Amino acid sequence: METLLQQIVNGLVVGSVYALVALGYTMVYGILGLINFAHGEVVMVGALTALQTLLLLMGIAPDMAPLLKLAIAVLVAMPVCMILGFLMERLAYRKLRNAPRLAPLITAIGMSFLLQTLAMIIWGRNYHTFPQLISTDPMQPIPGVFITPVQVTIVIVSALVMAGLILLVTKTRLGRAMRATAENHRVAALMGVDTNAIIALTFVIGAALAAVAGVMFASNYGIAHYAMGFMPGLKAFTAAVLGGIGNLGGAMLGGIVLGLVEAVGAGYIETMTFGFLNSSYQDIFAFVILGIVLIFRPTGLLGERVSDRA
Amino acid sequence: MKKTGIAIAIMGLGFGLMSGGVSAADMVVKLGHVGPLTGSISHLGKDNENGALLAVEEYNAKGVTIGGKKIKFEIMGEDDQADPRAGTTVAQRLVDAEVVGVVGHLNSGTTIPASRIYHQAGIPMISPSATNPKLTQQNYAGVFRTIANDVQQGGAIGKFATGTLGAKNIAIIDDRTAYGQGLADEVEKSAKASGGKIVAREFTNDKATDFMAILTKIKAQNPDVIFFGGMDAQGGPMLRQLKQLGINAKFITGDGACSGEMLKLAGDALSANAYCTQAGLPLDKMPGGKDFKDRYKKRFNLDVQIYAPYAYDAAAAMIEAMKAADSTVPAKYLPALKKINFQGVTGNVAFDDKGDIKEGAITVYQYKDGGWNPVD
Repeated sequence: METLLQQIVNGLVVGSVYALVALGYTMVYGILGLINFAHGEVVMVGALTALQTLLLLMGIAPDMAPLLKLAIAVLVAMPVCMILGFLMERLAYRKLRNAPRLAPLITAIGMSFLLQTLAMIIWGRNYHTFPQLISTDPMQPIPGVFITPVQVTIVIVSALVMAGLILLVTKTRLGRAMRATAENHRVAALMGVDTNAIIALTFVIGAALAAVAGVMFASNYGIAHYAMGFMPGLKAFTAAVLGGIGNLGGAMLGGIVLGLVEAVGAGYIETMTFGFLNSSYQDIFAFVILGIVLIFRPTGLLGERVSDRA
Repeated sequence: MKKTGIAIAIMGLGFGLMSGGVSAADMVVKLGHVGPLTGSISHLGKDNENGALLAVEEYNAKGVTIGGKKIKFEIMGEDDQADPRAGTTVAQRLVDAEVVGVVGHLNSGTTIPASRIYHQAGIPMISPSATNPKLTQQNYAGVFRTIANDVQQGGAIGKFATGTLGAKNIAIIDDRTAYGQGLADEVEKSAKASGGKIVAREFTNDKATDFMAILTKIKAQNPDVIFFGGMDAQGGPMLRQLKQLGINAKFITGDGACSGEMLKLAGDALSANAYCTQAGLPLDKMPGGKDFKDRYKKRFNLDVQIYAPYAYDAAAAMIEAMKAADSTVPAKYLPALKKINFQGVTGNVAFDDKGDIKEGAITVYQYKDGGWNPVD
């Protein structure tokens, strides 16, 4: 029982990070129908920028409170990623907005490689140790189930950020403009929405979320690396598809479900298959679930409003 | 237009002859080096390349004369990204560039498929770090390694866990690479043979950072010792996560995670419960270790990671064999390489009939006072 609870905790933590990254994929897809494969790299840039800021802060103000340092690092990483997101859209994707769908997709993959290589040139090839400023000493809320303060922070921050985003999209004028652009950007433009600005803003918001996810990811595992964004990016993309790409609630649900499926899958796959399969099939397990969901619900768990888009 | 072209060609020819005339005695001989120069273990790849480069530069500085000609050795460094497919591609590139020998590759997973290409081209290769037993079991005449293989290493780890540490229940994790899996299999065999019980056998991959799920599963089995077969990039975070889950078992890992990088990546999760093994002797205890450390630092302004001394000895073995055979032609110096016997940085370099190093030592280290210290 403790083991199952522990696996659920593990899954929730990983799932929260997936969900946060998946939001970036799904927002861009919802508005443009583009899968921005370089989104995982924005996560990496966020983590490494925060790392750079932390190292600088430790040099000039070693006595500053650790949490304040981390807050400053996040506040530096977010605008850097926002500028990066803006530039990506402006320079790489805007010109291709009316091109066949394959062209921006391939551009996005190219952008992913480009960012990884640039990061490798700037930060080098080595793994960097990311200072764990939030404690990683385990607590036991239930005897036998361990959770660390940094993991609690991850789940809470993710939940808050996601709630904020939903409020933004559903309750504000800006959110209405975003939804209108998603539905049909030509008509939205006729109604006086500056669709270019809205699309740019979508990239910027997604990048800010990615920066937060990057810092949380690096704080949890204590490492940062120029290729660290690739796997979480891929998993988050899977989560977005699982939940229903283009759907904000779906991205969150997909992230959490994927995290749980992975953790519980890795823990019990061997028992469930009587030793036939083992934990090396951890990832396959997640993709099998994805396959099954897509067979019965081709638009994902919560579904995309496909008919509206057409 | 045509005339200028011819004139340039003639000028070029003239210069070619002139420059040829200046250093008529110098013959350039290319040795290949392959390791991952990009990706998660590129720090180790660069370390190996530097080791081989240092050997070549030192021989060049001393001056080597083979077949009456002064030889200038060059290293042609290639990147295999630790990827078996990229490994065979660059192996073919080195063959096409007509290198006379190859130091590499770093990973067992890339070395084994690449060795076939070198074998077919008749080019000798010496891996400084591929420890999977299969490499030399293929019976390729030109395949060698300067490091002890995983049969020796895994055997030592299994005996250490059950004997010195007195472990009954052992959990094993590997990263599904030829190296990690190969070593883990040997540990499993050896631990079972010496009375240990394998309570869990779990798997991850060489790009993972989250091991919470498999570690939670292992925790339920309550092992005395957890062994991880893989590299430092995974070993460091794994050790942190062991601490986060409140697991107090002893942690042993192989040479891939027995690095300075591991100390940084695992940070404050390290304790006296962390052990690692290294094929060969500690750098300071190698016959030429201290001196090598200084020369390496002076040349590259970097610290030795792990395998640089083995790459150095691999390059040196090739050059020594060429000197002994008085030829840089692969087919001619290969017999000399098989019989080579000289004092290298890492110890006595001599190969058995399979191509494995003869005196392959294994050292167990324990974490103490901020570093890895050899266990007596």
